[in-house]
Amino acid sequence: MKIQVLGTGCSKCNQLMSATVNAVNELGLDVKVEKVSDINDIVAFGIMTIPALVINGKVVVRGNVPKLDDLKQIIKRG
Amino acid sequence: MLKVFTLLANLIVHTWLKLPEGSRWTHSLHFFIEDVTKIFFLLVVMIYIIGLIRAGLNTERIRVFLQGKNRFFGYFLGAGFGAVTPFCSCSSIPLFLGFTQARIPIGITMSFLITSPIINEVAVVLLGGLLGVKFMIVYVIVGILVGVVGGIFIDAIKAERLLMPIVDTVKGGGNEANITYEKQELTLKDRHNFAKSELKEIFGRVWKWVLVGVGLGAVLHGFVPEEFITDNLGAGQWWSVPGAVLLGIPLYSNASGMIPIAESLLAKGLPVGTTLAFMMSTVAASFPEFVILKQVMKPKLLAIFFVMLLVMFTLVGLVMNAIPF
Repeated sequence: MKIQVLGTGCSKCNQLMSATVNAVNELGLDVKVEKVSDINDIVAFGIMTIPALVINGKVVVRGNVPKLDDLKQIIKRG
Repeated sequence: MLKVFTLLANLIVHTWLKLPEGSRWTHSLHFFIEDVTKIFFLLVVMIYIIGLIRAGLNTERIRVFLQGKNRFFGYFLGAGFGAVTPFCSCSSIPLFLGFTQARIPIGITMSFLITSPIINEVAVVLLGGLLGVKFMIVYVIVGILVGVVGGIFIDAIKAERLLMPIVDTVKGGGNEANITYEKQELTLKDRHNFAKSELKEIFGRVWKWVLVGVGLGAVLHGFVPEEFITDNLGAGQWWSVPGAVLLGIPLYSNASGMIPIAESLLAKGLPVGTTLAFMMSTVAASFPEFVILKQVMKPKLLAIFFVMLLVMFTLVGLVMNAIPF
């Protein structure tokens, strides 16, 4: 499983990063959350609103920071 | 309907606290109570309702819509979407590049980016509630026109030349045919959740500025004599408009606090155009925004953009001052 958080360092981006790390830990997954902050790489995903969460190359969250429980569901679904 | 807040302030100030009528402190306190309760009420109700309505709007969808539209019409659409789309300035760059990738002219993208911060729910709701619906409508129309004119100007000077190389990379790599969006089916619960998180986020950010702004407005209201404003900052002093625009730039984060102050100043005889120009420069021209745009614009374009905003807001102010309102 590959989890990436896309964001350029705005406050919501940092929130999504830490929320994702928390969700991964609570689910007991052994996955490292990767942070993508280069604007070229972000745009390559075809999104225009940050922050975004990408699981296995698919954009699953964009433009907002879901609640921890919702985030856990999203990650479980993959 | 908003009279209820005047009555509430009357009840607290006159009936319960029995403060002396006509005292300056009484006037200030009355202003403070009335405005804080009214603004908080309006913000909570309106941000939630606006959130429900626009939950399904996203920039990906708008990009598909704007792609390949008629040039001139495109500026209006760009500015119009900028007004209604929920948009955080931290997404300016992905949006800029994403639009460019779709071959949308940069002027149209700039129309979106100029109008987007000017017409935001907080400013519009507060203007309508405090300064009246007429003022709000004028503000919205002028906000869209400023975006349209700004976009046309940016294309007219061929600003593509002045973009950072990164923009070309994106343009070359993007395959036009690939640009689509996933349609999201939103249930009422999704909309409610979106509206609730918007409300929490926006209210959490602005409430303290409202208190500060209304506090200052209340002091102005009770203690600054009308002649002081009309004599020193009236329509007769031409420099007061560009002055107000310059003053607005460093005050960017506090738009919610500026409106109650504007209300107070307007009531004391500050001309409408000056007030409008001040409001626009407060919300639309900010240093953090310029720092973000530096990633895609060369310094020369950034400087042109900055001066263009100043000139447009000043003109808006001068013109509006000249029209009887």
